[in-house]
Amino acid sequence: MSTEYGNDTPGGPGGGAGFKKRIRVDQQLIADLVPAGARVLDVGCGDGALLYHLSHFKGADARGIEINRARVAACLNQGLSVIQGDAEVELRDYPTGSFDCVVLSQTIQAVGDPKGTLETLLRIGNRAVVSITNGGYWRNRVRFALGGRVPFPDDPGESWYDTANIHPCTIRDFVGLADEMGIKIEKCFAVRASGATREVYPWSAAANLFAVQAVFVLGWRSAPSEAG
Amino acid sequence: MGPRTGAAGADGMANDTGPQGTGGVTIDPHTLPGEFVTLAVEAPLDLDSGARLGPINVAYTTHGTLNADKSNAILICHALTGDQFVCGTHPITKRPGWWDTTVGPGKPLDPDRYFLICPNLLGGCMGTTGPSETNPATGKPWGLDFPVITIGDMVNVQKLLVDHLGIGQLFSVVGGSMGGMQVLDWAARFPERVFSVMPIATALRTSAQNIAHHEVGRQAVMADPDWCGGRYQEEGKRPHRGLAVARMGAHITYLSETALTRRFGRSLQARDRVTYGFEADFQVESYLRHQGITFVDRFDANSYLYITRAMDYFDMVEEHGGVATDIFAGTNVRFGVISFTSDWMFPTAENREIVKALNGVGANVSFVEIETDHGHDSFLMDVADYHRVIRGFLEGAAELRGEAGP
Repeated sequence: MSTEYGNDTPGGPGGGAGFKKRIRVDQQLIADLVPAGARVLDVGCGDGALLYHLSHFKGADARGIEINRARVAACLNQGLSVIQGDAEVELRDYPTGSFDCVVLSQTIQAVGDPKGTLETLLRIGNRAVVSITNGGYWRNRVRFALGGRVPFPDDPGESWYDTANIHPCTIRDFVGLADEMGIKIEKCFAVRASGATREVYPWSAAANLFAVQAVFVLGWRSAPSEAG
Repeated sequence: MGPRTGAAGADGMANDTGPQGTGGVTIDPHTLPGEFVTLAVEAPLDLDSGARLGPINVAYTTHGTLNADKSNAILICHALTGDQFVCGTHPITKRPGWWDTTVGPGKPLDPDRYFLICPNLLGGCMGTTGPSETNPATGKPWGLDFPVITIGDMVNVQKLLVDHLGIGQLFSVVGGSMGGMQVLDWAARFPERVFSVMPIATALRTSAQNIAHHEVGRQAVMADPDWCGGRYQEEGKRPHRGLAVARMGAHITYLSETALTRRFGRSLQARDRVTYGFEADFQVESYLRHQGITFVDRFDANSYLYITRAMDYFDMVEEHGGVATDIFAGTNVRFGVISFTSDWMFPTAENREIVKALNGVGANVSFVEIETDHGHDSFLMDVADYHRVIRGFLEGAAELRGEAGP
């Protein structure tokens, strides 16, 4: 990913103390959106960079789910609380309202059922923070319009047949789905290729053209009846 | 003949036609190193069966030093045939203790940091009250008069020991296999007395397949004429053949096909061709016979019956009205669950049931499946990923516990 700033070797909790681990821009944005001390679930937590940040610098009760065994082990080595499993399966087990915030970072496009997953996120979490790779970014459009190739942005070495992102979408696609599902987009941030981020109007055509990624803060438009 | 020494292996066993064993010497466990304490003296312990038992002797070992605020104690629960000699040289087998790979200075369970307590469990045969000990009412060995015990009873006795040691809250309770069942029972029974737990390669309930294996083992013991209806001690006999066969059968369930194939394949034992007889032609036969024979030197047949039975009865889900999420409802205990890819005795799916029950109540749980091909015995082995996870989990728990941590 062009926005990946570095992959610090995970140290033990002791070794990690005192220096701020570098996290991706979208993760930093997510971290800033999470209230201090919140109960957070990071779905698809990777090597635990965001979890580490949340638990060490935000005092959060941060948990993670990750499907890759080696990454789970890396998380546990850092003393993080992570379950190895398929998010779409594991999420079903959590009771309603278990978390203040559920984070799905760069993962919604890789799940088999994005719609069902969004619903589950907002069942077990009072809020969901979801980041996506924007298929509407202008370079992708150029790649498709002029090159005639399906745009899989920022995934060097990944082609249409082996990418994990089986459900590519644009910011506009995502906002449309949220709208259809009765999900309220409380905040929407656009991340530029430079790493610059700013809050934007979700339907912004400019954001859909110039953002490489977007981060959404989601809640229900009105609380669903089964909640609580 | 004294206890067998030397590395496990099949050397010198080629001409056996069965697990003859040594006949075994009866070792008085009270002469072994370690600590002994008598508990449940004032009031006997109410067992799950309805029987009452007391006083109860507990043999245990400790490693490391309890810190001033008693916040660095870890209880290690042994499995079916383990004992209190968790690390260092076992006083009977003269081989490394059952978890020497994991317990010791510089290892994940480090006595330089933690105060490690490892008791022989109730029903065991290494000094804790069990069927081979003397029934105070008769002055004779308990034998089958010993009450049938459960995992819960074992945990209740361990809790008496922790009380005796003056430890309010254990930093962690750790164990694999049947040890993991005790760990889970601790977390459910005394959640305020444990900060974290590591159930490894275990389950919320014993599967039909495992009950079946246990039953074969018990029948092997009871089919041995020297078992004498359980009164072999009084008769001056030991059902070592039956117990050895039980061990051979059980040992297969601890391994994996891959591990057996890699280690032995179809290799012949000290011969060029098969003998067209029933000697141990194959290395794998010889190996199993050796496992059986060495086992009877350190284990009591009736203990084997009682402890496998306790495992059979283990069903935390049933205990909680059939609702798995009720087992750990409202728990503040931090869980670290570990399974192994090649374990067919306690497969990952069964370990996941624990995770599912914990997720259902929003408990703090970590889970990882370690990739190994050693089968169930992986939990005893020196597997780098596994050891890193134990270390990481305990470090994380210590950090979470903050000032009061070890």
